Amino acid sequence: MPFSIEEIYETARMILFEKLDIRTTTLGINIKDCVHSNFSIFKDKVRKKLVQNGKKLIKHAKQVEVKYGIPIINKRIAITPISMVMETHSTPRKFIEMAQTIDTAAEEAEIDYIGGFGALVQKGTTKAEKNLIDTLPDILASTSRVCSFLNVGTTNTGMNIDAVNLVGKMLLETSRKTKNGIGCCRFVVFVNAPEDNPFMAGAFHGIGEPDFSLNIGISGPGVVRSVVEKNRECNLTQLSDIIKRTVFKITRAGELIGREIANQIRVPFGIVDISLASTTAPGDSVARVIEEFGIEKIGAPGSTLAIALLMDAVKKGGAMASSSVGGLSGTFIPVSEDSGMSEAVAKSSLNMEKLEAFTAVCSVGLDMVAIPGNTPAETISAIIADELAIGIINNKTTAARIIPVPGKKAGEKVNFGGLLGKMPVMSINKFSSSNFMKRGGRLPSPIISLRN
Amino acid sequence: MQKELLFITVIGKDRKGIVAGISNLLFKKNINIEDISQKIIRKHFVMVMLVDIKEANSSMEKISRDLQALGKEMGLIVQVQHENIFNMMHRI
Repeated sequence: MPFSIEEIYETARMILFEKLDIRTTTLGINIKDCVHSNFSIFKDKVRKKLVQNGKKLIKHAKQVEVKYGIPIINKRIAITPISMVMETHSTPRKFIEMAQTIDTAAEEAEIDYIGGFGALVQKGTTKAEKNLIDTLPDILASTSRVCSFLNVGTTNTGMNIDAVNLVGKMLLETSRKTKNGIGCCRFVVFVNAPEDNPFMAGAFHGIGEPDFSLNIGISGPGVVRSVVEKNRECNLTQLSDIIKRTVFKITRAGELIGREIANQIRVPFGIVDISLASTTAPGDSVARVIEEFGIEKIGAPGSTLAIALLMDAVKKGGAMASSSVGGLSGTFIPVSEDSGMSEAVAKSSLNMEKLEAFTAVCSVGLDMVAIPGNTPAETISAIIADELAIGIINNKTTAARIIPVPGKKAGEKVNFGGLLGKMPVMSINKFSSSNFMKRGGRLPSPIISLRN
Repeated sequence: MQKELLFITVIGKDRKGIVAGISNLLFKKNINIEDISQKIIRKHFVMVMLVDIKEANSSMEKISRDLQALGKEMGLIVQVQHENIFNMMHRI
């Protein structure tokens, strides 16, 4: 036997009992070649390209799933940022029509989400991009599979505060137009957005990418939790070591799956995103990993250190396993989607400020955070700007996916359904930053950007 | 001829007829058993078979589905995986 029975069992156990899976396989598709002066022809070309390649992705991902006995949870598509191809068709009506075309294409190909209906506005906003942002509430309300993003800053350009101010208003309007504000779950605002991130809602096919690119997101909080549970006595150095070994193995599995699907569809393999991604399933939670370290409830003192340790070990294990690590490659701590995070909010262990502190040491940001529906737009923009400032100054990706929930106050429960999970609405600092945010303009790029 | 090797992992409670049941199904599908090993790991009965499906008369999907159905009948969990995944995870 070329492997010991323990090795075979370890792999089987990770999949069968510890919820190891391929969280997402995301096919990046360039749609710049679909642009046409006749809008009907343009839409049709986009639809055909997405349906044809989406069907291929589903077919081959299912075959690979059977071959390796490892579930591939989500099969998705990321497209060229839509604002780039819509400059000559940038009316609100056409943006909505294009979004609906993409939504229908996703349904036809059985793709659950298509990302990229957004724009890169880190240095400033074009007229078309402004129209897109203004139309986003209607776009998100009239589609169910289209995901949107904005990149409002980079360490090299600073942060476009005018765009951040538009986002606060846009989110409030979207929340009013969709039940429980659920439309906001399909929108992420970034700084330093990676161009090959396979995870929704923020995936897009970057401008430096080839025609196609197949990216993989692995998962495995359950696997990491299990290995930590079995090593209760070890010190932090040893803890880091056992996490590295485990992440090494799951990253290798992810790369194998990604390369095999890419080969079968005959497109280039892009990257494996080593982020630990939680799900609503009990045990598949990053919060529970941190609690297994010895922290009673995530949010307690020591939690930031614990996440920093986890993240560093994940990166080291992943980087050793694959030369194609990319995307976000951090630790996701989405509040509503992670049962342990949500419980920590309910038990008053975790608040907004501690959550923000976590994001300074791990990816990716304030993710799936429900806030009171009566939060002023300027306050929402300021929360986002705080989070993004961490990314700008520390030369890393940070993001915010914030959901103002209409009619709900802090502490009241909201259920977004399915994988989006549930959580108590989080409490927000009541004092205003309105006069500060109204100044607008651009946060200058920090001194660390001057590296040439 | 290049072999196409799969690992069949059977997990559950030890009982009579596990090897016989699975071997019989593999025989009907013209699949050769290359190696077989079993052990109790953390109170689980674990049996691993290394098989070559190069000359099998049904697809990997069907083999996997039928083995899992047979496992269910016998109250066992059956996992079927191509050998590449073990090469990637356990060998550098």
